[in-house]
Amino acid sequence: MRLAVASGKGGTGKTMVAANLAFMLTQTERVTLVDCDVEEPNLHLFFPAPATTTEVTGPVPVVDENTCQYCGLCEEFCQYGAMTVLRSRVLFFPELCHSCGGCTLVCPNGAIHEEPKQIGTTTISTPLPRLNLISGMLKTGNPHAVPIIRAAKKLAASDPLVICDTAPGTSCPVVETLDGCDACILVTESTPFGLHDLQLAVDVTARLGVPAGIIINWSDGKDQATIEFCMDHDLEVMMTIPFDREIAAIQSRGELLCRVRPEWQKAFAALFVKCSTLAGVDR
Amino acid sequence: MKVCFTAKGATLDSPSEDRFGRAPYFIILESETGAFEAIQNPYADGAGGVGPKAAQILIAHDVKALISGQVGGNAREVLASAGISMYTYRTGGSVKDAFDQFTKNSLVRSE
Repeated sequence: MRLAVASGKGGTGKTMVAANLAFMLTQTERVTLVDCDVEEPNLHLFFPAPATTTEVTGPVPVVDENTCQYCGLCEEFCQYGAMTVLRSRVLFFPELCHSCGGCTLVCPNGAIHEEPKQIGTTTISTPLPRLNLISGMLKTGNPHAVPIIRAAKKLAASDPLVICDTAPGTSCPVVETLDGCDACILVTESTPFGLHDLQLAVDVTARLGVPAGIIINWSDGKDQATIEFCMDHDLEVMMTIPFDREIAAIQSRGELLCRVRPEWQKAFAALFVKCSTLAGVDR
Repeated sequence: MKVCFTAKGATLDSPSEDRFGRAPYFIILESETGAFEAIQNPYADGAGGVGPKAAQILIAHDVKALISGQVGGNAREVLASAGISMYTYRTGGSVKDAFDQFTKNSLVRSE
């Protein structure tokens, strides 16, 4: 089973949920946590352990100016403005390139070939006997998160139980993470911003056909608008976590709620049963 | 010599535009005759990489100098490689005013 934890709005508690759900599950089974928030991975803060790092590369074009006839077809093809062909010179802007390979295909002179460029890393560690932690990390200055997410997820491809922590928002990195997941936990908070971005995130999961359930975090008890939205859209509120100074303090120290307050393990175990039902997996 | 101004509109009375790649209009003016042509920038609302593409418009029109408020790094590299000199004008006045300042040689050339 593959679960994603997403939110729409940032800072609602995705990582807190993913880390505690995984920790609770490791009491009885093997779990792989994948940090797909590759611009700002932080799951490793809750599970410090020695890690093995692997480079992730992406192809970028290299122009052979001895063969190039400066026809400009590659520039015309490139939707991202990464290729500029002057009268006797080609300028390539690697940070604009999306590694689509189109320029190599349209070049009538075979003057363009691709070479790998480092775009990020994946790290893998075993912080607990039954826990694998995989983190993707984007290289500073590289704007393309998707290939790193793909590489991180691939490392978990054969693992039976995988929890993916997504980036905030609803753009490509979230879509890439949700791809292939059996269910998605959407973590929201008791604010108008939380509800607004939850609506966007629900739209994404619906379009991708990934069943979703909701967690209301930082709840001040005034969640009527969120609850009504969930009822209107046939979404279950699977868990409500109160606005609580102690929970915040535990989290800020890099500790796990389920370890410091073991009574929470029951709530996360119940959450997992609900996720399994969402995913259509009999547990 | 052809000089290009970034502008918010299509006439010489239009306010100048500080941004280069996302300028609504490029006004290309023949400095000897005063004749001009206004080109609507097709990349004004583009997602990304608009600088180099906009720079190609100037190259295609044989522009020799650009007067704009701010030119990004990628566009700057293309323009410099094509031998187009860049001058900074960002007081928000009209294209006509920018041209006056340019002919009086009071604009600072940016590298």
